[in-house]
Amino acid sequence: MARMKFLCDAERCIECNGCVTACKQENDVPWGVNRRRVVTINDGVPGERSISVACMHCSDAPCAAVCPVDCFYRSEEGVVLHDKDLCIGCGYCFYACPFGAPQFPQAGAFGVRGKMDKCTFCAGGPEKDNSEVEFRKYGRNRLAEGKLPACAEMCSTKALLAGDGDTISEIYRQRVTVRGKGSEVWGWGTAYGRPEAPKGAPGAPGAAPAAPTGGKS
Amino acid sequence: MMGRITQLCVIACGAMAALMLSGCGERPQVIQYKQGKYQGKPDEPPYAAAPFNGDQAKWDRDIRNRTQNQNEYKRIGS
Repeated sequence: MARMKFLCDAERCIECNGCVTACKQENDVPWGVNRRRVVTINDGVPGERSISVACMHCSDAPCAAVCPVDCFYRSEEGVVLHDKDLCIGCGYCFYACPFGAPQFPQAGAFGVRGKMDKCTFCAGGPEKDNSEVEFRKYGRNRLAEGKLPACAEMCSTKALLAGDGDTISEIYRQRVTVRGKGSEVWGWGTAYGRPEAPKGAPGAPGAAPAAPTGGKS
Repeated sequence: MMGRITQLCVIACGAMAALMLSGCGERPQVIQYKQGKYQGKPDEPPYAAAPFNGDQAKWDRDIRNRTQNQNEYKRIGS
């Protein structure tokens, strides 16, 4: 059984925002809601890095843990989805999510917060697959059509990968092996440091990220 | 005169009792949540509907092939 995940290769992302546009177009996302966005670190500084961020479909999702009405569920494919008929728009999930994935439409005259909207991995929601109701509430269900999320499939540099976690990590691993760099700017070592690295060395906790040393991307 | 007052009292008491009893028939209008369990509608797996019609193996195969389209080393050849 597939365990769907996103993976963004910061060495390849060119901050074109094509994934953002594709998501909005594919799912007819309302004005003011961005299910996906591109975040740039050290913008304008040589060596800047961009990464496309949306719901990461956590294995142990904090949004689901804090939801007071338990409207979240995890599909067989590992996609975190929610029932909009049950959502009360309280916003707890927004505070709990480390990626800022939950979004709230504010269409009312006084900024009234609507029901939560987030990336569905293009898997729709708890309505009849590919029905009009499902599209209106959750967007398109591409998984039911045998397709992957629109954001990843149209990514021009294939920086954003989507699919079974093992498969896409294998694709990424092959890339890094061929180009000879990349894993140091995305992954466990960057987030938590390498235990064998001396203090202050690149990759060690608290150290500055290593400067690019060249090589083909 | 007294008879009329008694009659009115009986009617008032009867109406009061009927009003109070109607409260007993009130049904709860708030959803009873079970803590920690998904409370929404059930969802069907992505391979349930057309074009897969329940064929999970075909869906898995299609998704696996589609995922490999993101791999240039296989799609174009290294």
